Amino acid sequence: MHLQIANLCKSFGYGAQRKEVLRNVSFDVNAGEFVALVGSSGSGKSTVMRLIAGLDSPSSGVVSLDGRPITGPGSDRGMVFQKYSLYPWLTAAQNVAFGMELQRRSRQEIRERTAYFLEVVGLADSARRLPRELSGGMQQRVAIARALAAEPKLLLLDEPFGALDIQIRESMQEFLYHLWQRTGLTALLITHDLEEALLLAGQVHIMAPSPGRIVRSVAVDLDRSAMGQLRLSRPFLDLREELAQCLRGLEPALPT
Amino acid sequence: MPAFRRLIRHPWALGILGIGIVLLLWFLIAASGTVNKLFLPSPQAVWQAGQQQWSSGLLLKDAAASIQRVFIGFALSAGLALPVGIAMGTNVVICRLLEPLMGLIRYMPAPAFIPLLIIYFGLEELPKVLLIFIGTFFFNTLMIMDAVKFVPRELVETALTLGGRGLPILTRVVAPFIAPQVLDTYRINMASAWNLVIVAELVAATEGLGKRISLAQRFLKTDEIFMGLIVIGLIGLVIDLGFRALMRRACAWAT
Ligand SMILES: Nc1ncnc2c1ncn2[C@@H]1O[C@H](COP(=O)(O)OP(=O)(O)OP(=O)(O)O)[C@@H](O)[C@H]1O
Ligand SMILES: [Mg+2]
Repeated sequence: MHLQIANLCKSFGYGAQRKEVLRNVSFDVNAGEFVALVGSSGSGKSTVMRLIAGLDSPSSGVVSLDGRPITGPGSDRGMVFQKYSLYPWLTAAQNVAFGMELQRRSRQEIRERTAYFLEVVGLADSARRLPRELSGGMQQRVAIARALAAEPKLLLLDEPFGALDIQIRESMQEFLYHLWQRTGLTALLITHDLEEALLLAGQVHIMAPSPGRIVRSVAVDLDRSAMGQLRLSRPFLDLREELAQCLRGLEPALPT
Repeated sequence: MPAFRRLIRHPWALGILGIGIVLLLWFLIAASGTVNKLFLPSPQAVWQAGQQQWSSGLLLKDAAASIQRVFIGFALSAGLALPVGIAMGTNVVICRLLEPLMGLIRYMPAPAFIPLLIIYFGLEELPKVLLIFIGTFFFNTLMIMDAVKFVPRELVETALTLGGRGLPILTRVVAPFIAPQVLDTYRINMASAWNLVIVAELVAATEGLGKRISLAQRFLKTDEIFMGLIVIGLIGLVIDLGFRALMRRACAWAT
């Protein structure tokens, strides 16, 4: 698996209303990597994600997966949205099975994989509950299980924990990290939370707004054997401070 | 006293009480003789008129005729409104083409079409069924279109990223999401269908609940008019409750 993004540009609208949202965005994601895009609101992170998912098409530039340009959405790129996107009329298990049914897998396989992925996200007990009976964190775990069950080459996560409160968010971050370790998936995470990006990703790209572009890319090489301590460790805090300064430098000065 | 409290807490208790109070007032006013019997027949007289029409088979025949018209007209309307509404809700071109037209026709009062329908199709069943169709189709379509437009984008896009394409998106995402609103739309517009069938029968019919009422008026039989009104109301209520029950069973997630 190799995702290549080269000189990606995107504008919305025409004429005087034309708005340049992305300018020359380039980066790569290789098999097994965990990559994060960090940027303030409006810096075009979701737009990048939608272009990779094939839900929008670029104005210019290349998005290609294993050498083939992306022309539309497909099950090789699974997506988890910020807003809860479970089907409210389906139970947790039916939601997880949904993608596999669209793919016309055999019943036997669907049943086994559904049980397996519910187990993976720790929700085997909630298989028969409707989304409205699940907490926000549980709903996002179902959404992740649903995306994984469809066997994507690349998992796209657009601020998946953005709507969760801080404690649940921290436990979800650890959950996601361990899931990545365990399953060897390839993930691209979007977040405006620098700490989240540094905790999870091996590669972090920082985006600046108007127009959206990558201003800095860092390889994050931290000892992640103990997540809880990592948050407080010196190298982590130093790196976070350094990048936070970079992000602050991008904010337009507020009138005083 | 606790028994009474439990009774009053039943969801239907107050509704039944309200109906009971009106019935009682009706009975008392009629019994007091202050209002001319011609204007306000007593509940007993109305009940008797009902029994008479029931035993002669007239009531059943009238009700069947009206129900049949409503069901055929409304089934056509509902059945056609579903695909058209979904097409308008999902396709911008179709929507821009049809929405102004439908918005315009929707505001033309359906009963105003009766003279035309009679000229075109005579006095048989067809014009009555068509009246119900005209009177409900545009509302059904536009309300279904709105329901489709409110399908959250994420739900459709999730299906796309899971490998869904084309028709399954419609049947597995759009259809289940709009089902509760569609049922509610049908329930609401069914009431107009009942209004229209009675109007059509008042104008021209040989049988039907509306026809019976207009005949009763000719002979000043207010008890039969009351009876007709109550029967129409009861049938409407039963249909309404039927739709609600269907909704509870089929769309439990939305209630
Ligand atoms: N379909 C669209 N039409 C017009 N403008 C758009 C469209 N989609 C996004 N934009 C604009 O592009 C810019 C970037 O949007 P995007 O959603 O990618 O930002 P983001 O980095 O994901 O922000 P957030 O953190 O708030 O989610 C915004 O200014 C937005 O108004
Ligand atoms: Mg976004």
